[in-house]
Amino acid sequence: MELERFIFLTVDGLARGAVYAAFALSLVLIWRAARIVNFSQGAIAMAATYIAFVVTSMTGNYWLGLVAALLGGAAIGLIVERGVMRFVSPVNPLNSVIAALGVLLVIQAVVGMLFGNGYYPMAVPFSQEPLPWLAGLSISAYDLFVFVCVAFVVLGLAVLFGKTNVGLRMRAAAFSPELARLLGVRSTRMITLGWMLASAISGLAALLVIPTELGLNPHATDLVFVYAFTIAVVGGLDSAPGAVIGGLVVGVLLSWVSGYLGATLSPVAVLVLLLAVLLIKPGGIFSVTKERTA
Amino acid sequence: MSDLLTLSGVHAGYGPVTVLHDVDLTVPDRSITAVVGANGAGKTTLLRTIMGQVRPTAGSIRIGGIDLTTVKVEDMVRNGLALVPEGRGVITELTVDENLRLGGLWRRDTAEASRTLSEVYELFEPLQNRRKSAGHQLSGGERQMLAIGRALMAKPKLLLLDEPSLGLAPRITAQILQLLGRLRDERGLTVLLIEQNVRSALGIADHGVVLNLGRVVAARPAAELAADTDLRHTYLGF
Repeated sequence: MELERFIFLTVDGLARGAVYAAFALSLVLIWRAARIVNFSQGAIAMAATYIAFVVTSMTGNYWLGLVAALLGGAAIGLIVERGVMRFVSPVNPLNSVIAALGVLLVIQAVVGMLFGNGYYPMAVPFSQEPLPWLAGLSISAYDLFVFVCVAFVVLGLAVLFGKTNVGLRMRAAAFSPELARLLGVRSTRMITLGWMLASAISGLAALLVIPTELGLNPHATDLVFVYAFTIAVVGGLDSAPGAVIGGLVVGVLLSWVSGYLGATLSPVAVLVLLLAVLLIKPGGIFSVTKERTA
Repeated sequence: MSDLLTLSGVHAGYGPVTVLHDVDLTVPDRSITAVVGANGAGKTTLLRTIMGQVRPTAGSIRIGGIDLTTVKVEDMVRNGLALVPEGRGVITELTVDENLRLGGLWRRDTAEASRTLSEVYELFEPLQNRRKSAGHQLSGGERQMLAIGRALMAKPKLLLLDEPSLGLAPRITAQILQLLGRLRDERGLTVLLIEQNVRSALGIADHGVVLNLGRVVAARPAAELAADTDLRHTYLGF
């Protein structure tokens, strides 16, 4: 019985952790592209999920909704970057934080005006009941779907950044925007692309996680964002592998805390973890010390 | 010999501070032009102005018949200019191979670009064994080779170098300057070089330009400049 519960909590934690990892990846992407911690990422993801919800409600097709979440997320990312964040002075890092918080409030208010503050239950394409042939693991078809989606995102990003020319341009623009421009890279376009990609991924993450919680609401991603932010900081904001591993570890940790100590404690546990990492290794567990010369 | 790059009456600076005053400069095709001068003479500003990182407040900069003063920085490479920045401007987080590929990415013809890549590796053999090394693992000389190789990946008409000898051993500096001479002779590359290392720069260059406090005070064949003791004493301090 004890072991069964432990396995259940661990698997459940991994499934949630996978989504948090995807969300944290989106924060890492924007940090790397623009050196901005995007506090509006949760709201962008939430708005993308509303777009998916509307499309799925109108067409009755989950998959069209999923595509809409990706495209809608990318479109919102484009608007936020080109419309607001581009014009924020980079002199003081606090400026971009405040601007992003402003974007968060605006998106939440607009969605609230359009849809109200009620909770909309969201349908999922696969059963959330444990699969009989994996009964011991208490893993559901939906959990598997989530794993596949997140694995797809992680592999896709690895190929994009490691193998393609666009990925090389994006990395060059992120590491050294002026030098990249001298080499003919359209750096500002690459930053916009980073925002679009990140926002699409966070939209997907929100679409995956919201149905497993209370339902769709303008504040549905608030707590998820806090988790993802913690993971990104714990993993090191510059590290994509850090976000993925951090996501899984934090997911499992949260699941254990809420399973063994009580659900109300898990947000506290996250903050304790955040504090511990900031005190002990502020750059994040997976940060590497790099030589930095002019 | 026709001129590839022409600056006429260029004034440029940072905000209220004008650094370059009425600069006229021509870089003849298929030659090496060295701009020399003391610290603070405006040499780096001159290169930054040509590359569009600093915009002139007056004057014109033309390559082939194209006015560069309104061309975006990221489009300079598409107009045949490639810069080797000061302090070995290598993107240290990327590998040698990635840095080089980046230099040729703006070109549409990928087959041509990969041919250029193997040419660059032939030119800089030490880089071959370090393809997968990150930029920050390279020695100073290797970084300078990488920065030059990356600029050559763009197949530029005009190669601009900002203090290529900075911080390098004299032997490496000599090798790099010799290489520039070879590229001029064998491939017809045009080079604009700025240097504090006056003797070596004038030794390899065809034309010399002396910059002092943002003004051109002499523009003559390099050998003539090197032989002019008065000029050397006055502006170059040796």
